[in-house]
Amino acid sequence: MEIFWLLGIPLTGGVFLALWGCRRNAPEINALFSLLTLAVAAWLTVRIVAEGPMMVGNGWFFIDSFNVFLVTLTAFVAFTTALFSRPYMRIEEEHGRLNATRLRLYHSSYQIFIGAMLLALTTNNMGILWVAMEAATLATVLLVSLYRTPASLEAAWKYFILCGVGIALALFGTILLYFAAEKILGSGGTALLWTHLNGVKTELEPTVLSLAFVFLLVGYGTKVGLAPLHSWLPDAHAEGPTPVSAVLSGLLLNVALYAVMRSKVLVDGALGTEMAGNLMMGFGLLSVVLAAFLIKRQTDVKRMFAYSSIEHMGLITFAFGMGGAVANFAALLHMTMHSLTKSAIFFAVGHATQKAGSQLMSDIRGLIKTNPTIGWGMMLGTVAILGVPPFGVFASEFLIITTAMHEHPWATPFLLLALGVAFASIFGKVQPMVFGETELPRLPYQPALTPVFVHLALVLMLGLFIPPYLADWYRQAAALLGG
Amino acid sequence: MTLTYHLQIVNLLAALLLLISFAMLSQRRVVGLVALFAWQGAALALSTAIIAWSTGQHHLYYSAALTLALKVIAMPWYFYHLVKRLNVNRAVEPMINIPTTMLIGIVLVIFAFNLALPISEMSGTVTRSTLGIAIACVLLAFLMMITRTKAIPQVIGFLSMENGLFFAATSATYGMPLVVELGVALDVLVAVFVLGIFIFQIRETFDSLDLKNLEKLKDK
Repeated sequence: MEIFWLLGIPLTGGVFLALWGCRRNAPEINALFSLLTLAVAAWLTVRIVAEGPMMVGNGWFFIDSFNVFLVTLTAFVAFTTALFSRPYMRIEEEHGRLNATRLRLYHSSYQIFIGAMLLALTTNNMGILWVAMEAATLATVLLVSLYRTPASLEAAWKYFILCGVGIALALFGTILLYFAAEKILGSGGTALLWTHLNGVKTELEPTVLSLAFVFLLVGYGTKVGLAPLHSWLPDAHAEGPTPVSAVLSGLLLNVALYAVMRSKVLVDGALGTEMAGNLMMGFGLLSVVLAAFLIKRQTDVKRMFAYSSIEHMGLITFAFGMGGAVANFAALLHMTMHSLTKSAIFFAVGHATQKAGSQLMSDIRGLIKTNPTIGWGMMLGTVAILGVPPFGVFASEFLIITTAMHEHPWATPFLLLALGVAFASIFGKVQPMVFGETELPRLPYQPALTPVFVHLALVLMLGLFIPPYLADWYRQAAALLGG
Repeated sequence: MTLTYHLQIVNLLAALLLLISFAMLSQRRVVGLVALFAWQGAALALSTAIIAWSTGQHHLYYSAALTLALKVIAMPWYFYHLVKRLNVNRAVEPMINIPTTMLIGIVLVIFAFNLALPISEMSGTVTRSTLGIAIACVLLAFLMMITRTKAIPQVIGFLSMENGLFFAATSATYGMPLVVELGVALDVLVAVFVLGIFIFQIRETFDSLDLKNLEKLKDK
């Protein structure tokens, strides 16, 4: 029952906000719908933790500890982003960058985007997973081009075409998966149900499945932002409105990686080899290293943090690729930390760029003097994402690197080098933005920074102490992913 | 006996699909491209219907009807009007000249047949031999997306790729489950709709649909 509420609320919200239009309180309604979604997600989580995995709606939906964890994370970040976007988008409207019709499109697409991601997470059908991923992309294409500037149009076009091609490859992968499954499960609707496939995974044809996994990894991997298919990601993050950058980075990338992981579990079962894990480790490591060196060359602050997202998604992919209980646990923890921290950073960066009227880092200076809360939000966020203890990112990165040292020592120098380079370049660039000299006036309004500090407080708490039930929950999810 | 007869028609239509893919690669005018896209959809719908009839897979009839309605009637009509309204039907040179593109296309076809060989050997469907053609269509559409610099040809390339994938699903497995196919069709429909809005936005901002305008965002 919860599941229908979970998917129904954002979809109703999307339709309602499209009809409600640009009345004064649309942003509050947007936040209210997100809050309701979060409440249902929390309710669902409590049930799953208490009762274990469950199937709903004749097996069409399947919820276990792995996806319920992502459902909660998605609903939570969606809610805080909606809170952040309320004043942020109003100011953008006052600055004349947006008008009422575009805000209506924004609110409506926002809810549909969240709904599509939740559908992708909860569906049991690998085909519907594909459909929902594509729907999530389509809902955000027009959001990336919301400002209608030449650069934002270019970014949105690139996003559409690259992810379109990527997702077409994933469709071919899904067809191959169905092709292998149909021989054992018979044709019809049930052959693509993940739980059915998981039951017979050892009997699936290995050649077909390995080919299918390559297509699925490259296809969904485009959306995760894995190098060398990442080129849409910095553009879309830099040119879209900041709340959109926050949800793209904090949520969509996770959902795409979730799709890869569901496929990996099946392929591992069918092949009985490390092929899938090795591929993921390769792509992950390449992304980490490439992104770390590209961060150094950025001049646009949102672009820089977009590259940092590629780096962290690469790290998570690498950890999932290693497999095993500890690495999976670390990857799940890092997924949470990255989502919370990165969206917090984007919130702070959003206000900083609004204040400076530019996204160029050389134009943003001395935040701490004029707007101390924004300055501290950005500094703490940066310190957290760079993996400085006691923030939670340190804990997950430490776990990933120690596991890598133990199981794949050859990869450790690359990882450490990349993390070091990223640290030096990001810290070096953020420091003058926060502490430098400035002549810019104070922001004339109260920025919405509660979400930033709530996120950072959570990251700090999880770095110091993971509540036992949460740790149990992560462990259950890590065990499900096997490897 | 009738099965082989039907099969020959399906094979003929598959060959036609491949031929249309090549024709699309060499077509310089946008209206011509739209017409070819409609023909490709028609060949796809017809072959799906024949496969449905000869194998008794009823859900394929729905897929065939959906293809007919969307890809033969609705989308070409929409594109045709878009081209007329935007007045973009000039002959344009693709990035790589056409004979070279054709040669690359032939290489892709050979690659596709090699890729399809191990899979089609495992397949139990009567139409498995056409899987190579389906993959070739996907790759040729991909090539078209790479070589074209205008917005509408790129979109048609994208949809033609979807045609190829759909054909691959039909020939390897008699089509995906109906729910999935409906979902895919819905996504494609929304995609075309979003792109329609998008093309107007590009046009408004740049006064042209040349995607060369969209090459500013690069890492320095």
